[in-house]
Amino acid sequence: MSISTSSTAPVPSGLVIAPQLPDLLLPVAIRRGVLGFLRNHPTVAIGGALLLCLVLVGIFAPWLGTVDPTALAPAKRTRLPSADFWFGTDLLGRDIYSRVLYGARVSLTVGLSVAVLASLAGLAIGLVSGFVRWADGILMRFMDGLMSIPPILLAVALMALTRASVGNVILAITVAEIPRVSRLVRSVVLSLREQPYVDAATASGTRTPMVILRHILPNTLAPMLVQATYICASAMIVESILSFIGAGTPPTIPSWGNIMAEGRALWQVKPYIVFFPAAFLSVTVLAVNLLGDGLRDALDPRMAKSL
Amino acid sequence: MISYILRRVLSTLPVMGIVALFVFSLLYIAPGDPAAVIAGDQASPADVERIRQGLGLDRPFLVQFGTWLWHILHGDLGTSIFTNLPVASMIAQRIEPTFSLMAITLVLTILVAVPLGVAAAWKAGSWVDRTIMAFAVFAFSLPVFVVGYVLAYVFALQFEWLPVQGYTPLAAGLWPWLQNLILPALALGSVYIALIARITRASMLEVLQQDYVRTARAKGLGQSNILFVHALKNAAVPIVTVIGIGIALLIGGAVVTESVFAIPGLGRLTIDAILRRDYPVIQGIVLLFSFLYVLVNLMVDVTYTLVDPRIRY
Repeated sequence: MSISTSSTAPVPSGLVIAPQLPDLLLPVAIRRGVLGFLRNHPTVAIGGALLLCLVLVGIFAPWLGTVDPTALAPAKRTRLPSADFWFGTDLLGRDIYSRVLYGARVSLTVGLSVAVLASLAGLAIGLVSGFVRWADGILMRFMDGLMSIPPILLAVALMALTRASVGNVILAITVAEIPRVSRLVRSVVLSLREQPYVDAATASGTRTPMVILRHILPNTLAPMLVQATYICASAMIVESILSFIGAGTPPTIPSWGNIMAEGRALWQVKPYIVFFPAAFLSVTVLAVNLLGDGLRDALDPRMAKSL
Repeated sequence: MISYILRRVLSTLPVMGIVALFVFSLLYIAPGDPAAVIAGDQASPADVERIRQGLGLDRPFLVQFGTWLWHILHGDLGTSIFTNLPVASMIAQRIEPTFSLMAITLVLTILVAVPLGVAAAWKAGSWVDRTIMAFAVFAFSLPVFVVGYVLAYVFALQFEWLPVQGYTPLAAGLWPWLQNLILPALALGSVYIALIARITRASMLEVLQQDYVRTARAKGLGQSNILFVHALKNAAVPIVTVIGIGIALLIGGAVVTESVFAIPGLGRLTIDAILRRDYPVIQGIVLLFSFLYVLVNLMVDVTYTLVDPRIRY
């Protein structure tokens, strides 16, 4: 309870009551809940904090002492890391520190977009095949087919069809990730359908769309959230692999995979060109995986026990 | 059991059909007109049309798909747009390094990951367990090429114990062949080791709580006997499943690993094909790897019945 300042007692003249402060902080109960949750699940806290730092780095890249990441400076090629060039410069004299910081944008955009898109598409397909019996067979055979193409190859094949752009990279990786999410949602839906409370809702006359909305969807959220973090991590790795082999983000956009691909030719003599983006990529993926492991332990006790 | 295996083999046919349909559509909707490419710059529209009819490109989608499938079933994967060589022979030339790399990675992974997982489950909650699991989380987060570069930098450039890159065929001797593959296999295997160690631990933890493990202890069996004979055998089904599923990681990772270590295998062929937009080659590789993946998982399903006689379908 907060102390009320708008008491009805008359205010003595000459005394000005400060205007009521807007509630900047969340209510105490929620704040305690969040902090307690983070204390009980340190991996969520560590992963989340790391990820938050990287997101901030990505957003504020222009103000973190960077220069234009695409500016060429042929006179300053392959400089070692120094006070002027914190991470050194690449073959074309571009500042690697700036490129790596801007590269965070590409990785995080791809990772988050793929996680959201693949989750939504997988949720839709999984729900349909869990509830519409005749569609189940067709959809799942199709998903089996897609699943038997290794995800990276599937993304590579799709990228070969289209122009290199960040949007197409997101789409290609999403298509490769959808089958796994659909399978997960379908299996959750099928087990939820057998629950007595779903029977009870149906028996008391709740229509199927309402059953899905009220009883099925909320119960798929926890496993979906965990799955989405893993998809995010895997999408960032696939994006860097695609860029690394020249089938991903166009070379004009600095992404971690692209920086590494450009440093590849020189890595035996100038290993730092590859090292910095590699380190950032690894830390980012680690942060997302920690977050996923923590969420899994917190939200899905059954799975937490088995892994 | 024979009937189960037969039914399982038959059930892969629709899956392979979907894969084939997908891969064919890839070529069908690919930008660029193969007839125009073959005819060259000097050709008149009539020439292009003649070539198109000769290739059967003017016929309906399903007819083209049928013809294509018929050729595939006879081992004809088409001709590369870029080199004009048959795709099947291009793949055959590059298959040895890739399969060598994958085979060594598989062996190395199982030899490292299963004992790690067993040890973690045996000492559950101790520092051994926590170290192994922390290693697994880290290894799972490190992309293949990052591990590859670090290993190559440390063991090849700094210590000079192993070659930095390249490939020597098996025909040149076992050690030269192995020498070039140890670092790539470790790099490629790191994610896979983490995955299998985690599953082994989880599966073993469950089995170690069973009554028969307690009985085995009570009758005085040795620790290693209990762990590896009684427990591991019963924990094997999930482990074998993940080994099968993980082959997909191995296939995707091989493309990158070959690029890092300059191994002239299918991965390099894939990258070259992408850069040149050589669709028949991309198609052939996707088809081959998908077939391999389905085949491995078919074998995994069949081994279930061998490791666990209770499984009857």
